[in-house]
Amino acid sequence: MAVFYILLLFMIIAAIIAVETDNLLSSVICVGAIGFGGSLIFLFLRAPDIAITQIVVEVLGLIILIRATISRDRTFITGDREFFGMVVSIVIIFVIFLAGMKVFETLPTFGTPIFATVGDSASQAYISEGMQKTGATNLVTSVILDFRAYDTLGEATVLFTSIIGATVILRRKAKKLPEEPDQ
Amino acid sequence: MKGMTIIVKTISSWVKVLIFLFGIYIILFGHLTPGGGFAGGVILASSYVLLMLAFGREFAEENLSLPLASKLDCAGALLFAAVALCGLLYGAAGFFWNFIHQKYLMGTDYEFNLVSAGTIPLSNIAIGLKVGASLFLVILTLSMCCKDFKPGSTENEKE
Amino acid sequence: MLYALCFLLFTIGLYCAVTKKNMVKIVIGIMVMEYAVNLFLIMLGYRMGGVAPIIGRSDLESGLGGFVNKSVDPLPQALVLTAIVISLGSLALMISICVRTYEKYGTFDITQIRRLKG
Repeated sequence: MAVFYILLLFMIIAAIIAVETDNLLSSVICVGAIGFGGSLIFLFLRAPDIAITQIVVEVLGLIILIRATISRDRTFITGDREFFGMVVSIVIIFVIFLAGMKVFETLPTFGTPIFATVGDSASQAYISEGMQKTGATNLVTSVILDFRAYDTLGEATVLFTSIIGATVILRRKAKKLPEEPDQ
Repeated sequence: MKGMTIIVKTISSWVKVLIFLFGIYIILFGHLTPGGGFAGGVILASSYVLLMLAFGREFAEENLSLPLASKLDCAGALLFAAVALCGLLYGAAGFFWNFIHQKYLMGTDYEFNLVSAGTIPLSNIAIGLKVGASLFLVILTLSMCCKDFKPGSTENEKE
Repeated sequence: MLYALCFLLFTIGLYCAVTKKNMVKIVIGIMVMEYAVNLFLIMLGYRMGGVAPIIGRSDLESGLGGFVNKSVDPLPQALVLTAIVISLGSLALMISICVRTYEKYGTFDITQIRRLKG
């Protein structure tokens, strides 16, 4: 129990440093600290699949972020946006935080999953019948590739679309049609 | 980017094989142990990204060129959809029906075998192919874009 | 209390995405929000003293009825697993927009990207 508090406080401190520092490279490195701390928490929350995926995704994301920020000068941007808008947004964020605290009181306490409090839920069926129905001993894999495979199909579509978007944005010059009259 | 020093090149030429093998293991055993197509695909992509960082972009592009990567990406997506369609065509029980397991492997002693779980390993391979190829593709494109800047902008190519 | 800390992390990300002027800082704020949401979903399915949702040989011999009472929830883990990979794709998309904007304008400051150019 204490390890969750320690790791979450570590993540929050890293997030504050990542938000508030002026140097962009150290900010990116602090994002890496948040990601690896999150991966450790996933491991302690008994989710090894997520921990493995989070570590490798974090490494690739850091490579992407550092590639974007390294060897660029003029990244030191100080000052915030105009004062009035910032005050309004901070007040709104604070109100959202207070409302969220009220919502969290209605949730079950930490350590009891929701599917245990609800009788005849989907997760109970996945755990008790997933082995016979799919033959996979890793229940997470049997959920994402058999019971809820539509979700994975949509995920593949979203990934495909975002990669196409990145490729189109980064293309050096537009492809010309062959018979297009040149101006 | 001409690549890094000889120490990095030597170490990464040994390590890249291990990373690639580990990615294949994570994908193939995804239905028995933690892992699966997503994690394994990202590990496969990261082995090629290691090649790209250590040896330079041209070397990685010789190994896995950009058109080949995009073809692998599309092949993974098509394989995943084909596995789903086979469930529809074979038993008419629905999209994504696990027909191999339900038809052939159900009564046998299937637990903890590598060949078990029907279509799930096939889908894992498809997802791993797709995720790995597309992530390698985007990092390759990102490095190609950052390669040459216009003279007006500020880029110092010291490395 | 852990939920509140998780929500505090989300709020920090929201603050960063709303009030900062640097484009890469905004991307970082969105990433922090993604971490917080993933963490919250996994925490909802945690069982105190539970085991990972992977069936071992001993669980199979003792019957799967007991495994329901000690396993954590596999459903949020499956959802988060896809969300993490999607977040990497969207990160690549956002970073490519930032790189392109830097090439065009020479700065990451979003208040200076007002003039039409090119």
